[in-house]
Amino acid sequence: MIVAERKPLEQISSMIESNNKILIVGCGECVTVCSAGRKKEVEILASALNMVRSKEGKPVEIRQETLERQCDGEYLEQLRGFIGEYEVVISMACGAGVQFMAEKYKNSLVLPALNTKFIGVTEEQGVWSERCHACGDCKLHLTGGVCPIARCSKSLLNGPCGGSANGKCEISPDLVCGWQLIIERLSDLGQLEKYEEIIPINNWSTNRDGGPRKVVREDLRL
Amino acid sequence: MRLNYPSNVKIIKVPCTGKVDVIHLLQAFERGADGVYIAGCLEGDCHFLRGNLRARKRVEYTKRLLDEIGIGGERLQMYNMSAAQGPRFAEVAREMTERIMTLGPNPIRAKKGEAEMETG
Repeated sequence: MIVAERKPLEQISSMIESNNKILIVGCGECVTVCSAGRKKEVEILASALNMVRSKEGKPVEIRQETLERQCDGEYLEQLRGFIGEYEVVISMACGAGVQFMAEKYKNSLVLPALNTKFIGVTEEQGVWSERCHACGDCKLHLTGGVCPIARCSKSLLNGPCGGSANGKCEISPDLVCGWQLIIERLSDLGQLEKYEEIIPINNWSTNRDGGPRKVVREDLRL
Repeated sequence: MRLNYPSNVKIIKVPCTGKVDVIHLLQAFERGADGVYIAGCLEGDCHFLRGNLRARKRVEYTKRLLDEIGIGGERLQMYNMSAAQGPRFAEVAREMTERIMTLGPNPIRAKKGEAEMETG
């Protein structure tokens, strides 16, 4: 899932300083799973902003909505009937949701309430961590299912580097070395011979180096 | 026991403090409460095992949020006491009332009062 985190309240309230009629829109997908932009967080943000503004003596009118998801036009359409009544829209979706809403509603000012962090997993309730950089050329079959791009701090394809000590990365004693994980995993799988293969220089054109990316499935298009 | 405690304390009953969510606490302040405290069972004695521990974490989170909002996290507090500790209940009610009296009214209510005075 895409993992996100709410921006500091001060930053959000400064974005809407001069607005009095606000729509807050949550998203029912990834940010619901990582508890950043689900219905509950929409309620909390609305309540918090209400209090900030009441305290300043500038009360604000807030409507709350939570869509199934904000990265699909059909769900964004549900706002069509009333979005125009609001001076500003605060989206509690990831960066993709915020942008797609702004694209669909050209006359509405759409603002982000979250900082989109990474593609990751739920390690345990309340703890999420990064697993994928969306580099566009998956190498997990070579590395025992542990991604060298996302899990190695330097994204090395042939590691570990000299900064790996006692299985930890040099950037933090709490961070396990990605290549340590790869070697352990290959060893457990009895595939350590794969570690001896040199992975060639990465083709970063499938990553952001190739500009904004797009996937087209002609067979699915209408 | 017929114990006295300050009459400004309004009690809201919940099946377990684990039922209390962040939004419930925020809404109390939004609607003008000067202070809120949660009286949970003693830690380790929760009938639902972790209800009061969950409540404690939510209170801690909400305290930080109240600081961000500018209302002040010190207006919110978690207490633990058993159903047999009547005197402790009254003591906590007095303690919290004193704390809130020192802090003064909820800044939102104070501001609303000013606005009403102005509009007459």
